[in-house]
Amino acid sequence: MQHMVIIGATSAMAEHCARLWVQAAPVRLTLVGRDEARTRRVADDLRVRSPQSDVQVMTSDFADATAIQRTVSHIVAQAAVDVVLIAHGVLSDQGTCQDDLLACDAALQINGVSPVLFAEAFAKPMVAANHGTIAIIGSVAGDRGRKTNYVYGAAKGLVSRYAQGMQHRLAHTGVKVVLVKPGPTDTPMTSDLKAKGQKMASVEQVAKDIVKGIASGKPVFYTPGIWQIIMLVVMHLPRFVFNKLNI
Amino acid sequence: MKPVSAWGRLSNDLHDVHVLTDRSHVATVLAAHQPGLAFGNGRSYGDVCLNPHGNLWHTTGLNKFMAFDDATGRLVCEAGVLLRDIQRLFVPRGWMLPVTPGTQLITVGGAIANDVHGKNHHAVGSFGDHVLGVSLARTTGEVLSLDWTQTPALMGATLGGLGLTGVIVTAELQLRRVGSPWLRTETLPYQGLAEFFELADASEHDWEHTVSWIDCLAGQTARGIFMRANPMSAPQAAAMPSLKAVLAAHQQKTHSQPLRMPFVPPLSLVNGLSLKPFNMAYYELQKLKSGFDVAHYEPFSYPLDNLQDWNRMYGPRGFYQYQSVVPREGGQLAVQAMLDAIAASGEGSFLAVLKTFGNREAKGMLSFPEPGVTLALDFPNRGQRTLQLMDRLDAIVREAKGRLYMAKDARMPRDLFEAGYPRLSEFLAHRDAGISSAMSRRLMGV
Ligand SMILES: Cc1cc2nc3c(=O)[nH]c(=O)nc-3n(C[C@H](O)[C@H](O)[C@H](O)COP(=O)(O)OP(=O)(O)OC[C@H]3O[C@@H](n4cnc5c(N)ncnc54)[C@H](O)[C@@H]3O)c2cc1C
Repeated sequence: MQHMVIIGATSAMAEHCARLWVQAAPVRLTLVGRDEARTRRVADDLRVRSPQSDVQVMTSDFADATAIQRTVSHIVAQAAVDVVLIAHGVLSDQGTCQDDLLACDAALQINGVSPVLFAEAFAKPMVAANHGTIAIIGSVAGDRGRKTNYVYGAAKGLVSRYAQGMQHRLAHTGVKVVLVKPGPTDTPMTSDLKAKGQKMASVEQVAKDIVKGIASGKPVFYTPGIWQIIMLVVMHLPRFVFNKLNI
Repeated sequence: MKPVSAWGRLSNDLHDVHVLTDRSHVATVLAAHQPGLAFGNGRSYGDVCLNPHGNLWHTTGLNKFMAFDDATGRLVCEAGVLLRDIQRLFVPRGWMLPVTPGTQLITVGGAIANDVHGKNHHAVGSFGDHVLGVSLARTTGEVLSLDWTQTPALMGATLGGLGLTGVIVTAELQLRRVGSPWLRTETLPYQGLAEFFELADASEHDWEHTVSWIDCLAGQTARGIFMRANPMSAPQAAAMPSLKAVLAAHQQKTHSQPLRMPFVPPLSLVNGLSLKPFNMAYYELQKLKSGFDVAHYEPFSYPLDNLQDWNRMYGPRGFYQYQSVVPREGGQLAVQAMLDAIAASGEGSFLAVLKTFGNREAKGMLSFPEPGVTLALDFPNRGQRTLQLMDRLDAIVREAKGRLYMAKDARMPRDLFEAGYPRLSEFLAHRDAGISSAMSRRLMGV
């Protein structure tokens, strides 16, 4: 059985990836969350879907490097890892981050620093084994800072640049690094945006893309694919045009 | 605020939508945003799932399975799980939902709140006959555990309770064993209602699924197609090796993107010009298929599920569905009178479904199924003309001591509702005061 590890297993995208994995074949799954009860519920659901899979639950502090190291060491000691999906994050409110430095700090930590620390902690044992895939969920928001969410965007930008460097470092090893850039997706995290009428991709569709992208080991991809074109335009807009946009 | 429509697309009013995703938070959300109403997958036709300009609690985020016992077939899951997800997961493992309606794209909570029925009502009853218990969140912030022994009254009010007793958070369902995803089917054309009833009576004992389609434009000579089916056991299915290839092809098809009605046509595509030829063609086509056959349960039971958004073909004004049940005694006359009224009005129905219900009372206080014959008709919304026709149909149903189905209704008058549902006052005692819908205001005053 393949061993898949999901960091941030209660995130809707991660949960749907897990559903697709267990549907395809029984797997060993290690689910890591912050909230034990919620993570257990995800595990129970997956066990009903796939009684042959072996689903484990762990909790960890996501903001503390020591805790992250301990968690990852524990996981890799249990069984060699084939895929780790680092999926956690919160869509922080830009206004709050501007008003409150503590909120700003927390948003940068959880969306930027924390995923990077997890990836780094997994890299060492996986490089030693010369095997596996590290997939990190970034965001289109990380491609260009804009006034309505640049704190979140900056954290995701950190993840992007980090993944790029890691890909460079591991290019000649058996370990693949995959960076996923989802556009706005219909998840609990975005329910406010949805209520405001923004069009969003379904989480099922995005999960399908992610599972496929991870299997093929694509270094970077957007989901839905249309965002690649949109972001190409957004990134190349001259500043005098961009600054006039209310986005 | 967000515009929300039900399946009939008769309105598109703004709602304050709250997405429920965490089952331990449901009661808190209800307490904080009330009065409101649960909304499942919006597959009800009229206003039973709407609360215009008020709160709507979306339940499809509550989509987790919780436990399954492979020895007994008992499934515990959250109420926003779609019936299709249950079927696709468990049919390959030899278990199936005992009752499903004509679409699987509905939630467990919606199936309970309307106590839905299927083509096998005469054999196994309605959805609620297989619900062992539920957990119900109330707007007071409490969560109650209901079952048939400890809390029979609130259970009976919640089953078929139109979402008015609280929000169902989780449910325990009894699945049944199936040997294969295949059905052995037989298709029989019939002429006239007498023949329909003969076929129905002759089939109820030996056939689990029965349903018929009727050409409601043919008037006195009402003709139709009767379909009946039985599940195939594993050895029966195994004896037909060609099924494997069909199944593979079917799965390929269902797991690729379904077809979708790409836009709302400016005018209803269902009109006098299209209806008559359609009904004729459909009749001739089905007649060609008469005889025995084998079918996968999905296309047989949910023929429209692969045509997404088919409800858009009725154009921007939407459509009504009118479903009644009248007792068997006098049933034939009542159905004939309804068909005559439709033929006389010139308002055709694209899809007229005629079926007998078995001889059993449903457990819910406001459950729709009762012994008798049920006729379901779709009418494009042409304003006054359509409403007048339905008034005439009401008179026939009232006279025959029948009732209309709330899952489909958007306009029945209060007296018909009260006459059709004699357990209403018993039900009202169990309502949650923080819940209200467009329908409850229309039919119950609050
Ligand atoms: C093509 C088609 C075929 C159909 N065929 C049949 C048929 O053969 N037999 C039949 O009986 N019906 C049939 N129906 C109707 C359909 O089965 C019902 O309307 C069903 O209740 C819809 O479920 P939903 O999840 O979409 O709920 P919605 O339509 O969104 O809501 C229905 C009701 O359930 C309540 N509700 C939803 N979730 C909850 C919850 N968690 N807790 C409490 N209340 C809740 C809502 O408040 C509302 O009162 C058909 C509908 C379509 C579109």
